[in-house]
Amino acid sequence: MELTLHVSLGEGSCAKQPMSRKRSYSVLPGFGLTMGYTLTYLSLIVLIPLAALIVRAASMSLEQFWAAAFNPRVMASYRITFGTSLVAALVNSVFGFIVAWSLVRYRFVGRKLLDALIDLPFAIPTAVSGIALTAIYDRNGILGHTLFQWGIKSALSPLGICIALTFISLPFVVRTLQPALEEMDGESEEAAMCLGASRWETFRRVIFPALFPSLLTGFALAFARSLGEYGSVVFISGNLPMKTEITSLLIITKFEQHDHLGATAIAIVMLVASFAILMSINGLQWYLAKKFRG
Amino acid sequence: MGIEVQHIYKSFNNYNALQDVSLKVNDGELIALLGPSGSGKTTLLRIIAGLEVPDLCEESKILFHGKDVAKQRVAERQVGFVFQHYALFKHMSVFENIAFGLKVRPRATRPSKAEIQHRVNELLRLIQLDGFGNRLPSQLSGGQRQRVALARALAIAPKVLLLDEPFGALDAKVRQGLRAWLRRLHEELHMTTILVTHDQEEALEVADKIVVMNQAKIEQVGAPEEVFHRPANEFVMDFLGHVNVFHGRVENGRARLTDIGSKLTWNREAFGNAVYVRPHELEIDRVAGDDGIRGTVRRINLAGTCAKVVVASSSGNEVVAEISFERFHELGLQRGETVFVSAKRARVFTPDYEI
Repeated sequence: MELTLHVSLGEGSCAKQPMSRKRSYSVLPGFGLTMGYTLTYLSLIVLIPLAALIVRAASMSLEQFWAAAFNPRVMASYRITFGTSLVAALVNSVFGFIVAWSLVRYRFVGRKLLDALIDLPFAIPTAVSGIALTAIYDRNGILGHTLFQWGIKSALSPLGICIALTFISLPFVVRTLQPALEEMDGESEEAAMCLGASRWETFRRVIFPALFPSLLTGFALAFARSLGEYGSVVFISGNLPMKTEITSLLIITKFEQHDHLGATAIAIVMLVASFAILMSINGLQWYLAKKFRG
Repeated sequence: MGIEVQHIYKSFNNYNALQDVSLKVNDGELIALLGPSGSGKTTLLRIIAGLEVPDLCEESKILFHGKDVAKQRVAERQVGFVFQHYALFKHMSVFENIAFGLKVRPRATRPSKAEIQHRVNELLRLIQLDGFGNRLPSQLSGGQRQRVALARALAIAPKVLLLDEPFGALDAKVRQGLRAWLRRLHEELHMTTILVTHDQEEALEVADKIVVMNQAKIEQVGAPEEVFHRPANEFVMDFLGHVNVFHGRVENGRARLTDIGSKLTWNREAFGNAVYVRPHELEIDRVAGDDGIRGTVRRINLAGTCAKVVVASSSGNEVVAEISFERFHELGLQRGETVFVSAKRARVFTPDYEI
């Protein structure tokens, strides 16, 4: 009955009812349903497990936590993990940029095939990548053999970890840069040339700044992916404590030794560190995007 | 500096954008390349700028002040180019945008910081945007952005100014203001300027000379009043302003209009099969004259400087006539009334006979 009454009321009467006014703000239907679903989903998949991790760590005393999370072996693994991830992300920022550039800007035979190849590191299981890379960069491998002769250890070394991480995080930089490159209007380049800028000046002052926010996103994604990488690294790194042991492996080792609390403590540090890094890069990216695009 | 292009051809994948186009622009002139989209006007402008390379042809020449620049790159031609969508550098402030052309010069010819500052401020004053130097392009309106783009082009003291539909993306009111401003600016600077536009009103209002282009060719070159009042052919007539076209046979100064079933008379020997009459050249009467078209008033539009009356003939063809308000009130026209339309002036175009 009441519903019928609501409908038949004129505009003036409607305005007196706060409920109906509030509702009229959103034109698109389904906000309650989709938002509720989003929150539930995020909670179940992401927030609750992470919260459980923190609850678990809370059962430790501060000294225990400190001893588990910051002992020399664990500190070494942080250095290796963050160091090699940073190197891999930086290498990909340069070479991924070049790959994306040539894929978007030029038309050549086999471009489509090359474009499809970029996704391979995404698609193949990381253990497969790990074995494949080891086969090549190992002391007996084709490339590894030559490198060893020159005195470069491409397996069982931080270099090997960098190689593996560069391999698996390449798609992130290429795939985030491609749309930005495609979107770039050729007119501002032409304008720069009309104004007398050389090709290098045009690239440095016009093209690169326009692509930088996307490059930063690609860098952050590649870096984050590398931090968590496990499968492809463990084969090529040799997992020597203090030298080539990555944090993810250390967590697993602790877990397998039934040192659940120790594993949790390290995991918490990784969680906080990754979160802080991603937040700051996102913040910087947001700031730049705002500055560039307005 | 005068510009001359001779025998320019340009095709994109079997599509002819320009076919044997020659054009001469005198020093200090503002000319408009006018034509529908796809007529090749933008291609011609881009070829002059060096952004596009014409097809290889021995007779092709691009002369700046008598000097062939065909082999010079864009950066060497010193042209100021303004794009339809501004093409401002989004991540640079207005000041940096305008200073760009000066800052990228090789060290030997680069002005000092203070000079750049001075020059940019001067240009900001010229485009009436003093104090906007620190803004980003995204914080400006469309009209302001286009003025910044113009200032950026002017900063390098170009020899010629090339404008590619500069006001095409702006709304009507802003466009009108900028048009008048551009005209004043040109009178101040006297820089050879080529303006590409598809807006005939814009071309007629701003330019010293109009080049009407259609289908990769130049149809007519002339002063605004010349191309408007003495169009060289049907296309120019049709493109510049509204026109009524009657089909029929023309003999000894009399046209038998087959599609209306009537006759028109004028005092000129002419042949052809289409008669063109501008709306203001038509007269409306309540009584039948010697000749004229009998029809019914279908629509009346009084919003404007004159009364626009649409008259439909018995066969259903519509004719638009523009008459003064005085005449309109004198006649006291109403919709649905029967009237007679006659022409004060009409044109026929003799087709080019090719043997």
